[in-house]
Amino acid sequence: MTEETKAAAVGALTDEDFAVVGKNLEQMESISRPILTFWQEVWRRIRKNKVAYFSLLLLTLYALLAIFAPMLSRYGFDDQDAYAMRQGLSATHWLGTDSLGRDLWVRVWMGARVSLSIGLTAALINSVIGTVIGGFCGYYGGKLDMLIMRLIDVIYGIPSLIVCILVMIVLGSGVKSLIVAMVITGWAGSCRFTRGEVLRLKEQEFVLAARVMGEPVFSIIVRELIPNIMGLLITNLAMAIPGAIFQEAFLSYIGLGIAPPQASWGVLAKEGTKMLKIAPHMLYVPAFFICTTVLALNQLGNGLRDAFDPRLRGME
Amino acid sequence: MAENKAENILEISHLEFSFRTYGGVVKSVRDVSFNLRQGEILGIVGESGCGKSVTCSCILKLNPEPPGFFGKDSSIKYKGEEIVTKTNREMRRIRGAEIGFIFQDPMTSLNPTMTVGKQIEEVFVGRGVTGAEAKRRALEILTLVGINEPERRYKQYPHELSGGMKQRVVIAIAMVAKPSIIIADEPTTSLDVTIEAQILDLLKELRDKIGTSIILITHDLGVIAKMCDRVLVMYGGRIAERGTVDQIFYETAHPYTAGLMRSIATLDTAKDEKLVPIDGTPPDLFAPPPGCPFAARCEYAMKVCYERPPKETQLAPEHRCCCWLLHEKAPKVDLRRGRGEGQA
Amino acid sequence: MRKYILKRIGISLLTVFVLATVVFFLARLMPGGPFSDPKISATARENLAHYYGFDKPLIEQYFTYLGNLLHGNFGYSTKYPGQTVNALLASSFPYSADLGLRALCFAISFGLVFGVMSALNRGNGIDLFFVIVAVIGTSVPDFIMGAILQHFFGYKWGLLPIAQYKDITYTILPSVGLGFYTMASVSRIMRASMLEVVQQDYIKTARAKGVSNFRITWKHQIRNAIMPVITILGPIVASVLTGTFVIESVFAIPGMGKYYVESVQNNDYSMILGMTVFYGAFLVFCNMIVDILYGLIDPRIRISK
Repeated sequence: MTEETKAAAVGALTDEDFAVVGKNLEQMESISRPILTFWQEVWRRIRKNKVAYFSLLLLTLYALLAIFAPMLSRYGFDDQDAYAMRQGLSATHWLGTDSLGRDLWVRVWMGARVSLSIGLTAALINSVIGTVIGGFCGYYGGKLDMLIMRLIDVIYGIPSLIVCILVMIVLGSGVKSLIVAMVITGWAGSCRFTRGEVLRLKEQEFVLAARVMGEPVFSIIVRELIPNIMGLLITNLAMAIPGAIFQEAFLSYIGLGIAPPQASWGVLAKEGTKMLKIAPHMLYVPAFFICTTVLALNQLGNGLRDAFDPRLRGME
Repeated sequence: MAENKAENILEISHLEFSFRTYGGVVKSVRDVSFNLRQGEILGIVGESGCGKSVTCSCILKLNPEPPGFFGKDSSIKYKGEEIVTKTNREMRRIRGAEIGFIFQDPMTSLNPTMTVGKQIEEVFVGRGVTGAEAKRRALEILTLVGINEPERRYKQYPHELSGGMKQRVVIAIAMVAKPSIIIADEPTTSLDVTIEAQILDLLKELRDKIGTSIILITHDLGVIAKMCDRVLVMYGGRIAERGTVDQIFYETAHPYTAGLMRSIATLDTAKDEKLVPIDGTPPDLFAPPPGCPFAARCEYAMKVCYERPPKETQLAPEHRCCCWLLHEKAPKVDLRRGRGEGQA
Repeated sequence: MRKYILKRIGISLLTVFVLATVVFFLARLMPGGPFSDPKISATARENLAHYYGFDKPLIEQYFTYLGNLLHGNFGYSTKYPGQTVNALLASSFPYSADLGLRALCFAISFGLVFGVMSALNRGNGIDLFFVIVAVIGTSVPDFIMGAILQHFFGYKWGLLPIAQYKDITYTILPSVGLGFYTMASVSRIMRASMLEVVQQDYIKTARAKGVSNFRITWKHQIRNAIMPVITILGPIVASVLTGTFVIESVFAIPGMGKYYVESVQNNDYSMILGMTVFYGAFLVFCNMIVDILYGLIDPRIRISK
């Protein structure tokens, strides 16, 4: 009865209140958002993700510095200066000097050219080879697919660093051999991944529909499959670069990567570990750049994964 | 109330439950009151997101708090004991032992790394039952829910069982401690039709043997018709209509219930008769409309429906409905238009 | 289950065979050959080649090599006559195994504990702390981590010895340095996995059964969450063991890794090859054990395969 009185207090119900108005479906679907394309939507999500966006900016900054910093400095990357050996950070030598008096600021960015380009190239080639072979295997299946999968099982069984070491010994040190060594071991991962994705997508209704409607195979792969795994491929690419950077550092450390006087972050870090007691900055400077780059790439990778697949958000 | 024929084992009044989310507060259940009697099967029917599952999870306090929280007048009394204010530790005594819960999807409701037997026996952990006694009862319940070779199944892992068998195990877990109430949240939605019939028969049989009260959540009116004594129709976090199965089916009073009826096919649906879907989507519970939640989808909606919430009207013993159409000033409409007229 | 184990053993044997073959033929492709030192005279070189059997046909050499491997003979040094790979392995492998095992124990136990604590405290300060440790840990290569530890605990604070491998105090820094990256990745995976499992329906079932929170966490959540960690145990073992290469050099530990790096720097090819085959075979063996272990733990594999 109390509700009755409440209603009465608001105002007695008149006949007018009971006029039939009918449905109002527009009211329900009024929540609408501006329509964005897939890539605009991804970009918007990256921008909103502060960590990923900052990582992207930092990586861009590193890339620009790697290109321009050595050109703009008055020191060459192998100019030795016997009067300025193992100096700490100062106004003349921003990041100090190494044990031969070479300017570390210039060497770090020269090293960045090597390390970043190796990381990017190796990861890129791996993805392309892996995607093509994996896509092919996944789509067609059959005996060749089985053969390649067994091959990948074996490649997986052998630790990749060991293969890298052997290849480096055969080919000699240098950027090209490093990339070749990394590709030989690295394509298997992205191949297996793409194959799995293609196998999964192939069975889905939209692909079946395209096949039923007689779309040619090439067009199915290009128009239906690739756009759907593009996001994951880009994410994997971002996640693969740190691995390549680590591998370069490792190989340079054991003396198989880049030969001095050429610099890479791995070479610089190796020189740093030897001088740890006397000039710790020689380790910390390259270590800082290796770590922040890898950190930024990992965070960007996470951001990309979330941006491409909002369902995964908050899982990690 | 005139409907107090049997003893009420569960009394829920003014239940409100909301979730705090990033987008704001979602009011999932709004002012819901109902009772459950000894030995009855009570159906709750409604679309996805109407609050039926949340309501039932509230009875065992299974909704995570936070982000969820009860409204201040909410009360759930199990055998006279208030549940809303109980702590998690106190709730453990009731969960499983006094009130059992059957979840929707048997495929995911069982722990893949634990044997079936262990999962059933776990109900007795910390309740002073010896291991041998627990095993005896687990085997007994496995037989009761119709699983062959219980000794063998007892040692198996969930992935070795078929879907229907898994659901039997889930039911066995809910029943093993012989609880007074079983809440079944869409127990057959993910099963084949033949298995569905078996499982429903099993539930009914168990009710008859053990005398358990059952709350059966479903969106399938067919299941309601087959199983239930009384029905609650929920919409937008509220109870739209309630009554016995016959009242709901043959004396339908709420346009939403009528819409549900018209959208399903029965054996006596004529060949040329069209099924009519309910247009639109359920209301956004972030900002529930001030009036009747169904107004925007209701073809009989009146001005008042958009402005004030309707109150419940008693139509007959057991039969109550929450709709402005029942107001004396409202126009009289025939809700069962378009459906077999001769049935009344 | 027997079929599953046999299949794993088969793949492993095949892998070792492929590895040995690849290593053998790569060795013949290496620049210079083993006796390219200009100080060695032409006749001496021929004698040496004859002594080591390099003048026989390639196929014959290959089968001799396989035969030797089957007898557990991994070859000899061409740099230091008389030094065999087996002797070197016998003296250095125990160090590497000890270090690797300690690092693994550290990485897995701490990684799991950190991941679990992080997930159970989701969203608060404790979680944030462990997430930051994990994020930083996965961004630092192990030799840099080792050197940083040396710098602080050794040079600066003088708490722990920084070179060689004598008693337990010597083992702490290298094990932590070697295991840190792995610890961080385990903790990340475990956290993600815990958070995924807690959303599963069977956790709800367990709660509805009236199981205590403690028991739910132990028996249901952790037990299922640990599965993804077990699947990556193989790669983890590999990464820790290859990590010993650099960590042993950093800490001057007389293990396999240190000799391996030395052989690389001395161009002692036959030594490198012998050690590579041993290393590879050992890792393949570890991987196989992990796979079989996984089969034993996960009932879904245990029964069906």
